[in-house]
This record gives sequence, structure tokens and C-alpha cells, in this order.
Amino acid sequence: MAENILQMRGITKTFPGVKALQDVTLEVARGEVHAICGENGAGKSTLMKVLSGVYPHGTYDGDIILEGETVQFKDIKDSEHHGVVIIHQELALSPFLSVAENIFLGNERARKGFVNWNETNTMATDLLRRVGLKLSPTVRAGEIGVGKQQLVEIAKALSKDVKLLILDEPTAALNDEDSAHLLGLVSDLRAEGISCIIISHKLNEIRAIADSVTIIRDGRTIETLSLHDGSVTEERIIKGMVGRDMAHRYPERTPSIGDEVFRVEDWTVHHPQEHSRVIIDRAHLSVRAGEIVGIAGLMGAGRTELAMSIFGRSYGSNISGSLYKNGQQIQAKNVGDAIRHGIAYATEDRKRYGLNLLDDIKRNISGAALNKLATRGWVDGSQETIVANDYRKSMNIKAPSVAAVTGKLSGGNQQKVVLSKWMYADPDVLILDEPTRGIDVGAKYEIYTIINGLAAQGKAIIVISSELPELLGICDRIYTLAEGVITAEVPIADATPEYLMQHMTKEKD
Amino acid sequence: MATTVKEAETTPPRPTVKHGLAFLTSRLRQIGIFVALLVIVGLFQILTRGALLQPDNVSNIIVQNSYILLLAIGMVMIIIAGHIDLSVGSVAAFVGAMSGVMIQDWGFPWWLAILASLVIGGIVGAWQGFWVAYVGIPAFIVTLAGMLLFRGLTQITLENQRISGFPTEYRQLGGGFLFPGLFPADTNILDWTTVGLGVIAAVLLVISQLRGRRTRARLNLETEPAPWFITKLAFGIVVILGLTYLLASSRSGTPIVLVLLGILVVVYSAVMNNSVFGRHIYARGGNLQAAQLSGVNTKRIDFMLFVNMGVLAALAGLVFTGRLNSAGPGAGNLFELDAIAAAFIGGAAVTGGVGTVIGAITGGLIMGVLNNGMSLMGVGTDFQQFIKGMVLLLAVAFDVFNKRKASNALK
Repeated sequence: MAENILQMRGITKTFPGVKALQDVTLEVARGEVHAICGENGAGKSTLMKVLSGVYPHGTYDGDIILEGETVQFKDIKDSEHHGVVIIHQELALSPFLSVAENIFLGNERARKGFVNWNETNTMATDLLRRVGLKLSPTVRAGEIGVGKQQLVEIAKALSKDVKLLILDEPTAALNDEDSAHLLGLVSDLRAEGISCIIISHKLNEIRAIADSVTIIRDGRTIETLSLHDGSVTEERIIKGMVGRDMAHRYPERTPSIGDEVFRVEDWTVHHPQEHSRVIIDRAHLSVRAGEIVGIAGLMGAGRTELAMSIFGRSYGSNISGSLYKNGQQIQAKNVGDAIRHGIAYATEDRKRYGLNLLDDIKRNISGAALNKLATRGWVDGSQETIVANDYRKSMNIKAPSVAAVTGKLSGGNQQKVVLSKWMYADPDVLILDEPTRGIDVGAKYEIYTIINGLAAQGKAIIVISSELPELLGICDRIYTLAEGVITAEVPIADATPEYLMQHMTKEKD
Repeated sequence: MATTVKEAETTPPRPTVKHGLAFLTSRLRQIGIFVALLVIVGLFQILTRGALLQPDNVSNIIVQNSYILLLAIGMVMIIIAGHIDLSVGSVAAFVGAMSGVMIQDWGFPWWLAILASLVIGGIVGAWQGFWVAYVGIPAFIVTLAGMLLFRGLTQITLENQRISGFPTEYRQLGGGFLFPGLFPADTNILDWTTVGLGVIAAVLLVISQLRGRRTRARLNLETEPAPWFITKLAFGIVVILGLTYLLASSRSGTPIVLVLLGILVVVYSAVMNNSVFGRHIYARGGNLQAAQLSGVNTKRIDFMLFVNMGVLAALAGLVFTGRLNSAGPGAGNLFELDAIAAAFIGGAAVTGGVGTVIGAITGGLIMGVLNNGMSLMGVGTDFQQFIKGMVLLLAVAFDVFNKRKASNALK
């Protein structure tokens, strides 16, 4: 095998309370396409942030050796200077600037502070041709599609003399044609001697393009497989991604399941801005009293979009389909309606969508059901404190008092405040989106216990998660979602990680 | 972080000197704005050789700034929700002009003119609220347009002429005093109406504070240490009674607008703290998306806020017109900036979600005392502007600095 362009040795990265990476090793040969696979939260993105200088030298342990030399990146600019360029999943183009301006953003073709537009545009045209884009460099970035934007990002990377290109989920938002084009381009770059690290959930793509694959699980390197001889199957990769000990991480529970409480039929949702783009395609699901139903899907499958569109149409446009509550069709045109119909949605992004971080615990807990505490528009502050104190005790929220500001709590405690808020709203159907994201193992167990308790009270619970062990550990039944389509429904007895992953990675016909 | 929380839970702080000091510094941050007002009052009391706290001057400061304080109440609510209102000066002028037209041209009785003026304020607010809440145009733009729109309408209404000579009853709101004829002006006997009001206010303060403390104790919420609580309460009583004494020994007694302000401050503080509407304003400003996903009708909140601001701007316009006994085409110029400055000096956050009515009032008083003190000293308006600008900048910088220190302490 050729010499290594990159070696990462013994990389360990800790966040307060969580060990994100532990002694991770990664070797990328010069001129190869190297895939990194792992579940969400396995540590892939953290590893790439260490490599690209987002987490500067000194905030992690271990060595990065680039072309035989140990490097210590201070920031992204530093890593780019060494030829390591990362393209994030969320594209970072400024929509109001032209394609050429975007390509040279922060790296302007300028003399004495004045931009040389001729040089900018001719060089941009060359770069665009190299990535196979027939596009005027003066077009605004916001006017071209996602697929082309992705290629512009690569052109931007090429303008920086890239030696090692990192692509984080490059095809997640692309259609098949754009994906094929992008992967073709990656092959071409390989022929030009540019090495590439590609993070992807789409295993068929990885098998088609990558030379080798490193599997990461729970912040550790599991194995590196060569894909040259074709003996490594998708099943083999999946096994590496999911195989782990699952005992004792989930509390015991004996389900007692009643009648159907909530049903979604023929649910179709379009993108909020691009009204013709289908995000959720004729989805259907149902949940019964006391049942915990899981929705398994990879990033970009439309999990959150499905949940939020159900919850008072807080996502999407041109929504069609019907909702049934206890057999009766209901209309939930806004969040207020949804809450009145006994539906609650606890968001995956508690800081952005779940909490008022400036306000205290009690006011956050009462936030979704303030009317229960109010007579003629005036809130009973004492009763509110009593309620909040009850939840602080029963949910074990660690804080000096319920007057503590939620912005200062740990992730696990914030999540408990979000759950308390929705428990106080007393819904019949509770949709929990990634309820344990960013929470340490001990707090996860507590959250699972709370979820079990809610099910035991007869609530119908839908849990969205990308962590398969979590779903397998707590659910009674699991739906898989891939590209906005419900691809399978399986009772827990028949569910295996391999089966779920197969249906989660299923491509649209 | 988790460990510090645990410690606080298991070991209640012991009343040592060290703890006391730490407590004081943490409290100082909360009451910094009040301390600042006191320092400024003290400073100008010395610089003006006692002229600042002369009874008539105190009365003057209150009346002079009353319309800014009225505007500041509505403004801080708008700012807490994450908006801004640049139009309030023009709206106040427009309503003042309309009231003049109603009284002089249309022959409305004074009370009907006042009522109709408040309604006009509400309609103006509804107009702006509609564009902000339901069309989704940023409040900065809508109210910038409103500033021009209503200034123009003021001039059109008045045909660029001044309207003067308002009925006495109308002028009470801005320039009136409670029972001025009750005591002969040539005696030095304290005005018993003023004293009565002052004592009632002090008693109400003590009762509400004690009740609040008892409730907190019953609910196992953190209560302040007793010495601090008593100091705070005693201080509040001294301020109220001191103000009462000064007003009572002034020539005319209690300005009616002070009573109006007092009532509005209490009512609006209660609305912001204890009403569903007030809570939703904080929720909307603190995290718009979280509020929407909790079922808060944020559009309605935005709309109502602007209606409320319109009514308060109308009230400010009535007070101002009444005090000058004249409605002019240029009235209320730059009022909006004083009201915005008051809210920010009073601790409101530019990003929304943070602020209090009482803070905004204190901020407004700081500006008022600065104005008055500097005028008494004979400082020119050029320097006054400069100093007020610095005060605004430093007050917000102090706030930002404190917040950064607090968040660093967490890490």
C-alpha cells in the first residue's frame, strides 16, 4: 500500500461529562478515498473537527501526522493552510454572494485590498469547470440547487490547494443524479492525487467509491476494512457499526398496551421553501395507549420533519393526510390545536426549540400549560412553584431551586425540564425527538425510566432516535424511515439492528 | 458545574463574613441600577450645592420626565419581546394634535377628547402591530415608517399651526396637582394629602414584601438573609417617605401624573410577572421558536404589545400637551430615543427576553436626573448630549461585562 498521507494516533477528546473519542486511530493512504462509518453520535464528526482544527491542538490528546510530519492546528485556517479542507453537511455558502465570491471568500483575489474581479471570475470559471459545473461565476449561490452548491464547495476547497478533502455526509441532501455526479467527481480527484475522507450513511455509495472504510463506534475505532476485493458486504459493515453489549443499559419494563390512541395516515409533507420537494412521502403510523413506538432513521431521513409536521404543522408546506385521535379524525392546524388535542412534542434541539434559556426552571415547566395555573389571565405564582418543585423532586432535576435559570443547567437536567414541561401539559400522545441526545449514560437511564413511567400511565409514546440500541432497548414496536418513506414496521421481538439498518438505508425505488 | 450545584444543595451557606460579602456582590449586580441612580443623585446634590433635592425641583423632575417614563413602560415590554418602537414620539405628537382638534374644532368635552385620544393611540398601535405581527415586517422598519407617517399626519392635522388654550380639566393630567387648594400656599405645613399617599405607599410596600417573603419561605424557595431583607425594606421606606416629605414641602403637592405613574408601574409590573400575557412576552423574547412550539400565539402577543404601546404613547402625548398647554407640530421629537435609552439603561437586553418595568423607570429617572442636574449646573445641551450618550454606552457595557463574568464563572 502507498504511504499514508494522514495518521491520527491515540486521539482522545473529552467534553464535560462525556468521553467523545477514546484512543481513536485513523490511517489514510495517499490518493485513496477513505470512508468513515458509524452511528450518529459515534464520534465521526468530533474526529473530523479534531482533524480540521475546529478543536485546536491542546483541547484533545493524541497526535496528527500529516505527510510524515506532526501537525498542531490552531484553527481551521491553519489546517486549510496545510491542505486539509472540510466540507460540512450544512453548506456554508452565503446565498446572497455570487458563486465566485463564495469560492474566494476569506481568500480574495485582491491587490492592496481591492478585489480583482477579472481574476476572481476567470479563476472561478476554471475551478467550476474542474468540478464539472457549467455555471456563470456571477450567479448568486442561493439561486442554484443543493447539488450544485455542494460542487461549489468542492471548487472552493480546490482553490485552496487541497491535499486531503473531508466530506461530511455529502450526498445526504442530494438526489440520485447529483449524488452520482458528486461521487464521480470524488473519483476524478482521486486520480489527480487528492485524498478524500468521506463520512456517509449510504453504505452502497461507500462500497461503490471508497477504497477502505474505518468503523467507529462509541468513540472508539473498531476496525478498518479494505474494500478492494469486494468481499466486504453492507451487512458486514452494519455489524461493525451496531454490534455492542446492550445489557443493563435499559430499565426493565412490562408493557401493558391498550387501544389505539393516535394514527397518522397518508401523511405527505413538502419542503417549507421548495414547495415541490417531497420531504415526507405518504407516511403512516399508529400508536396505542401504554405503547412505546420507535421511529428509526438516519440523519436527513425526515424524522424531525415528520414529527414537527404532525405537531400543529410546525414544519413544511402543502401538508396532506389525516390524523386520528381515539378513532376520530382531528385537525391540528397550529401548535395550540395540537396541544388541545393532547399531542406533545419534545424537541431534539432543546436549546433552540425547547427552552427559554434566559428564564428559570419553574417558568419553563409551566410554559406549555400556563392556562392550567391561571384564572382570568393571572398566573398563580405559588401554585406554579409547588408544581415545579414536585417535578424537580420526581424528575430529580439537579438545581439549587426552581428559580435557577435553565441556561445554567447540564444537558441532562435541561432535558428533564423539557420533559417536565410536557408532562405538566398532560398529553395523551407524547412525541420524543432524540430524548437522550448529548446526555451522559447515567442521565440516559433516568430518562428511560421516566419514559417507561409515562407509558405505564397509559400515554402513547413515540420515540425518535438514531441510536438503534436505544430503540431496541425501550420500544415495543419500531418503524424505519428512509428518505421520508416509512420502509418497515417491526415488533420488537423481530427487530435486530441489522434488519433496521437495512431498512434505514433503503434507497427510494 | 454539576458539582457546584450539588454543594449548594447539601450545604446551606453559613452566615460568615466571606459568604456575606459574596452575597452582597451578587446582589449588587441585581440592584446595580438603583445604586447607580442613588450615586448620580448624590453626586448632583453635591455638585449643585443642594439645589437638586429642593422640593420644587424634585416635583419638577417628576413632571418633566413623566411622559418619557410612560413611554418607557411600553417600550421595555416591546424590547423584552425582541422588537423596538421608533415611532412613539411621533405618535404622542399626533395624538396630542388630534386631542387639540377635537377640543377646539369639534367642541368635544375634555373627558371625551381624552378617551377618544386613547382610542386613537390604540388604533395607531393596531396599525403598526398588524404590519409587524401578521405581515412579518421587522418592527424597526414598521416603526421607522410610523415615525415619518405620524409626524406627517401631525403636521397635516395641525396645518403646521400650534393649538393652545386647553381646558383646565384637560391640563390636570400633565400639570395638575392633587388638592392644591387644600392648604394655604403661604404656610409651611406639610400637605397632608401627599403625606397620606406616601404613608399608604410605604405600608403597601411593607405588606407586599412581607407577604412575598412568607410565600417564598412556605414554598421552600431561597429566601434572602433577614438582615439584607430588612435593610432593603428600610431603604425602600426611607426613599418613599423622603420623596413624600420633599413633595409635601414643595409649593404644590403631589403631581397627578406621579400618582398615575405609580399606579401604572404597579399594574404593569404585575402584568409582566404574573399574567399569562406577560409571561408570554418573556417567552416570545427569550426564545421565539420554543414559545411557538409551546403553543404560544406569538403573533397575537406582538400585535397586542403594539396596541398597548400605542395607548401609552397616546397617554404620554396627552400629558405632554396638557403640561405645555399646547399641541405643536414638532412635539415629542426624539422621545422614542429617550424611552429606548431608559429601557436599556434599566437592564433590558438587546436580544430580548430580559428586562423589567421598574428597571426601565429607574433608567428613565437616571436620564432625567442627569438632564436636570446638568441644567442646574449650567452645562450646555452640547455636553449634556455627550454625557448622556456615554452613560447609555457604559450602562450597557457594564451589563454585558457582568453577564460575561457570570457565564465564565460557570465553566
